[in-house]
Amino acid sequence: MRVVVTGLGVAAPTGLGTEAYWSATLAGRRAIGRVTRFDPSSYPATLAGEIKEFRAEEHLPSRLLPQTDRMTRIALVSADQAFADAGIDPGELADYDAGVITASHSGGFEFGQNELRALWSKGSRYVSAYQSFAWFYAVNSGQISIRNGLRGPSSVLVSDQAGGLDAVAQARRQIRKGTRVIISGAVDASICPWGWVAQLTSGRLSEETDPARAYLPFDDDAGGHVPGEGGALLVVEDDEHARTRGARVYGEIAGYAATIDPRPDSGRPPSLRRAIELAIADAALDAGDVDVVFADAAAVPELDRSEAEAITDVFGSRGVPVTAPKTTTGRLYSGAAPIDLAAAFLSIRDGVIPPTVGTTLSDRYDIDLVASTPRRAAVRNALVLARGQGGFNSAMVVRAPQVID
Amino acid sequence: MISTVPTDEFTLAALTLILLEGAGAEEGVDLNGDIADTPFADLGYESLALLETSSRIERKYGISLDDEALVAAETPRALIELVNRQLSEASARDKV
Repeated sequence: MRVVVTGLGVAAPTGLGTEAYWSATLAGRRAIGRVTRFDPSSYPATLAGEIKEFRAEEHLPSRLLPQTDRMTRIALVSADQAFADAGIDPGELADYDAGVITASHSGGFEFGQNELRALWSKGSRYVSAYQSFAWFYAVNSGQISIRNGLRGPSSVLVSDQAGGLDAVAQARRQIRKGTRVIISGAVDASICPWGWVAQLTSGRLSEETDPARAYLPFDDDAGGHVPGEGGALLVVEDDEHARTRGARVYGEIAGYAATIDPRPDSGRPPSLRRAIELAIADAALDAGDVDVVFADAAAVPELDRSEAEAITDVFGSRGVPVTAPKTTTGRLYSGAAPIDLAAAFLSIRDGVIPPTVGTTLSDRYDIDLVASTPRRAAVRNALVLARGQGGFNSAMVVRAPQVID
Repeated sequence: MISTVPTDEFTLAALTLILLEGAGAEEGVDLNGDIADTPFADLGYESLALLETSSRIERKYGISLDDEALVAAETPRALIELVNRQLSEASARDKV
């Protein structure tokens, strides 16, 4: 059974809404700057990709505001946009025909921080009753489910950046088991002191203060990443259901695989290459059929090297265009890969590969990086890569929609 | 450390304000309308919203509300009466 994507809802630092994001991405506009959501001056990392113009009260009923973290508010609005884009009124779906499967990196950190502050400074009676779920990893799935009356299979995947692909893969599994529609993807947003401290422990945050020099994957000057906030929700649907209702199809979730790296001291090689090979095989394609790779783009030298080597091992020397449009937004944790999936479908639609911004490709990497400006290209099959801290590797192949006479 | 607002009586207006602050208002529900006898469930408030509401009442008025009595108070009027009983008992104790 083919599993297709019929709706996109994107929220990125560079643009709210799919077309705003896409035009900014093609123009190479960067939305990285000094943190404004709190004073970052006492922290080693001071830059982030923030969403500036999101006002939840313009989109959501007041009933939802006291009980939602920022990431949940953005996710709810993105889900609304994805359903509208797909031409689906969730209220018209039978209760058990549709579900929600999202990924989450850290849950609702800002909400949790505020309630912990209330606990310590004023006492337990001042902690919101909604702290019971508002911080939780699964809360975006839950709130999207409640708002839209979706009672089909619902869950959350937690595997850092890789989770953004793992969730969509789980959506594909549930569609294949008989659910008609799953809304899937991820939104993460934890640009608050508590979230910041947690992210700093990764040792992977860039301490550069110049936004143009702070997140440079595959560059000799790569020195970590800039965190961002946002993500995307995708309407995933069984192809027959989509065609019966005359839906516009962006493309197909054609292949997927996930691997876990061996222990760092095991002497065995990392397993991203195997995830790529398995995902291409799952799509019943050969490496030569892949028209573009959306890289994970860690911007940590050893991780850039292992990703570049995996790509070169599979596709050959400069054998496939590689891009990292997330250089404009920072890394959005679980939200990153769903945005890359959206970008991949838009590349297929428009015949253009968005650029990697800022990077001067290091001589050490033998890849064909699409740098600075978009590249015109017919795109039928795109590979999206996402790695999570702890050894998670996920790869997903998306394919152009089938033309049926 | 609990700031007690000196007041004789807990009113519908005070409850409405606390509901709005703590739990917001359901779309299509006018909290300024005649809601005193409308069950909280019909106003769009589930048990967690009422837990948050009672917690805000307790800390604002410096009283403690009995869990079972709270569950039994299914309308704004019933909750207001419950709070006012507690307030007058607390005030009677203060005078002893």
